[in-house]
Amino acid sequence: MSNRLIDMQHITKSFDGQTVLDDFNLYIRENEFLTLLGPSGCGKTTILRILGGFEKPDKGRVIFDGKDITDLAANKRQLNTVFQKYALFSHMTIAENIAFGLKIRKKSEEYIQDKIRYALKLVNLEGFEKRMPDSLSGGQQQRIAIARAIVNEPKVLLLDEPLGALDLKMRQDMQYELIRLKNELGITFIYVTHDQEEALTMSDTIVVMNQGYIQQIGTPEDIYNEPQNAFVADFIGDSNILGGIMIQDKLVEILGMRFDCVDSGFGSNNPVDVVIRPEDVKLFSIPDNEGPGSAEYEDAAARAAKLNPGRLEGVVTHLIFKGVHYEMTVEAAGFEWLVHSTRMFPVGGRVFMTMDPFNIQIMNKPESDDEKALEFETI
Amino acid sequence: MKKQKHVLLSGPYLFWTAAFIIIPLLMIVYYGLTDTSGAFTLSNIAQMGTPERLKALWLSLLLSLIATGICLVMAYPLALILTGTKVNATGFIVTIFIIPMWMNSLLRILAWQTLLERNGVINVALRFLHLPELRIINTPYAIALGMIYDFLPFMLLPIYNALEKIDQNVINAAYDLGANRFQTFWKVIFPLTVPGMISGITMVFVPALTTFVISDFLGGSKVLLIGNVIERQFTQVGDWNVGSGMSLVLMVFILISMAVMQHYDKSGGEQVVL
Amino acid sequence: MKKFLSRLYLAFIFILLYAPIAVLIIFSFNNSKTRAKWGGWTLKWYFAMFRDQAIMSALRNTLTIAVLSALISTLLGLTAAISLNAMKKNRRTVVLSALNIPMLNAEIVTGISLMLLFIAAGQLLSHMGLGVEFGFWTVLIGHITFNLPYTVLSILPKLRQINISTYEAALDLGASRFLAFRKVILPDIMPGVLSGFLLAFTLSLDDFVITHFVKGPGFDTLSTKIYTEVRKGIKPEMYALSTLIFASVLLLLLILNHLPGSEKKA
Repeated sequence: MSNRLIDMQHITKSFDGQTVLDDFNLYIRENEFLTLLGPSGCGKTTILRILGGFEKPDKGRVIFDGKDITDLAANKRQLNTVFQKYALFSHMTIAENIAFGLKIRKKSEEYIQDKIRYALKLVNLEGFEKRMPDSLSGGQQQRIAIARAIVNEPKVLLLDEPLGALDLKMRQDMQYELIRLKNELGITFIYVTHDQEEALTMSDTIVVMNQGYIQQIGTPEDIYNEPQNAFVADFIGDSNILGGIMIQDKLVEILGMRFDCVDSGFGSNNPVDVVIRPEDVKLFSIPDNEGPGSAEYEDAAARAAKLNPGRLEGVVTHLIFKGVHYEMTVEAAGFEWLVHSTRMFPVGGRVFMTMDPFNIQIMNKPESDDEKALEFETI
Repeated sequence: MKKQKHVLLSGPYLFWTAAFIIIPLLMIVYYGLTDTSGAFTLSNIAQMGTPERLKALWLSLLLSLIATGICLVMAYPLALILTGTKVNATGFIVTIFIIPMWMNSLLRILAWQTLLERNGVINVALRFLHLPELRIINTPYAIALGMIYDFLPFMLLPIYNALEKIDQNVINAAYDLGANRFQTFWKVIFPLTVPGMISGITMVFVPALTTFVISDFLGGSKVLLIGNVIERQFTQVGDWNVGSGMSLVLMVFILISMAVMQHYDKSGGEQVVL
Repeated sequence: MKKFLSRLYLAFIFILLYAPIAVLIIFSFNNSKTRAKWGGWTLKWYFAMFRDQAIMSALRNTLTIAVLSALISTLLGLTAAISLNAMKKNRRTVVLSALNIPMLNAEIVTGISLMLLFIAAGQLLSHMGLGVEFGFWTVLIGHITFNLPYTVLSILPKLRQINISTYEAALDLGASRFLAFRKVILPDIMPGVLSGFLLAFTLSLDDFVITHFVKGPGFDTLSTKIYTEVRKGIKPEMYALSTLIFASVLLLLLILNHLPGSEKKA
């Protein structure tokens, strides 16, 4: 890979005897929007701090643009950080904040003024030069923090949960803003968040982490549609995660019922984990007081069978209207299924449920000993 | 209804503030600007003009400025060191600086007499080490030392609080933007502690300027400060008009330093309390 | 190297702070009556001080004034903080500035001003056949006055942190105003109230300057007693008493700090 900009090799880091990262390896390409995604304490912020130069790894190397920067001080690195709570200099005006890095580099006054104007235009805050940080809203302060970082023309911008302190609407606006900035600047963004929606919206590549280990690396589509293990499936979006048995290629048994699926290569009669997204569960209403043999019952069963030979019979136990869709729980074969549907199925109503074979995601069960990377908390 | 309740509650302390804070201050103004018959005069203030009193005022200003300066220079690195120690520094600092205050303050200053005397503890130790003796007791140097000792905590605490309040990420941001340790300190950390320093300066300067106990104990009644002059006007001479007149002069300096504090300290002095 | 230097500096400050205290404690065990020479170890001053009427009366006065002034200034400070909290910002700033004068002003000026007030009040009242006697009451008033800003500033920030909804929720659930205050607000601001009280107690215990001006002849606290004794020579009993007070406060602090649930300190 020629365009590896950053290469983190065998990074190990512990705090007070607690290992946060253990033999961590990751490379980041030029112009990539890479997101480190994971629950708090998964080590994602530590990685960012190691890249920024605020922590030194106990073991391992950080290669940047072909050079080893492991021992290089933070102020000598060609990366700039946008901190969680903005970390603006409260005693300086907005212009002084933005000019800080440029003045340190002894740029000419003219150049600095140009850069301030350019940066403020870029973050849509023209005319804010003389204001003090305290007089700005959270979202505006965040934009200034970004402006302050990018005027230094870093090759990489590190963003540590930059939207964490903003409200939902502002967060969504800023997501579009960040994508636009990334495209206009043409530099690498490394973004840390625990918010899966943020990660899915903005990233080129998502690195899902848990307890210091990488769980999966992939595009947002990969991560969402093909989670490699139950942790990823559970962390990204809502999922139904069940234990199953792979009978043979393209046939899986879930809760005692065999379903067609599209995955193969899991052996035969092997235990696996099965992930089914709530929007992929299809429901077919069974009219009241109709049993097997009645025309309407058989009709519903037939419609379900068109999708998949396998089906379960269940009862709707909860129903919430969510705007675009209804969110329901359906109890079937002793399991509470989460189901999203644009059609409403009343609580207490009986249903058949099944899935398109394509939407049944089969995953290996984690084997605790030799597959460390798949360690995860009990779900 | 609720507003009414609070107005009732505010009665007692508003009365107290008026009766025991505002009116007494106005009495000083009244006494300072009138003679014994109650007629308006500026002669009480002019009384400050005698060479002896001017000398006392000048010495007070000089010593309190020096003591304030030394306190600042001593307290700042101390505050930096204490902020750097991660081990529950707040508990440590409170303990180490509050404990001495539980010993009577007059006795603590008196103890310096014992330490600084010709045959005091310090000189015995110096002689033992064959070092030159320290002969500063009953001189302005001893008074300055007493001021520094007594008021150092008042300088330390606000600076420490200001340093503690700085978000580590703000410091990291400075490094991140290319500043070295030196630049980070002078461009970011130091300016952010200015309000703390201002508040520390006022809290040392005012009591140092107006003390009469420290000069009494360590100046051996040979060195007079403006505090001693005023105190004697009230307790020995018994001329309240002249005493008040000189107090007014003193208050001008206090007001200047308070105005400076108000100007810089945006938090309204609330961090003064531990 | 850097670490060594900062250790050295800390040690220097520590010696500066504690040398006088060590001297005082040592002299409380000095068998000789003067500070000038060391006469061997003794505990006699610790027994002698209890027989000294003047010292015991000064101690009684000091403690009574400290407890009463701390108590009254805390109560007064509590009412002040509650009503200040409800005030509009501009009004609050004005009242707070007035309230803070004794804290920012020179003690000597506060002392003198109170002295002048009491004299004037005495003259005014003498027309009615009454008088103001300098002593216990004037000292108490003086101490409450300089304690007040400290108690207010201990309580007010705690009060401002409180979410008013919890108080309203208590009212909504049927509590009376008094009950809601006692059960909801008071527990939250208690750390501030306590630290205000302790601060006031400490300040009052140690005050000299203001007491000096408003005490009048014949009434003494420990501080004023020490001040008058300095010229004739301090009685060693005074060192013993101060050491004893110092030690008991230290012990009290240690106990308080090791009680469970006492993490929240002033």
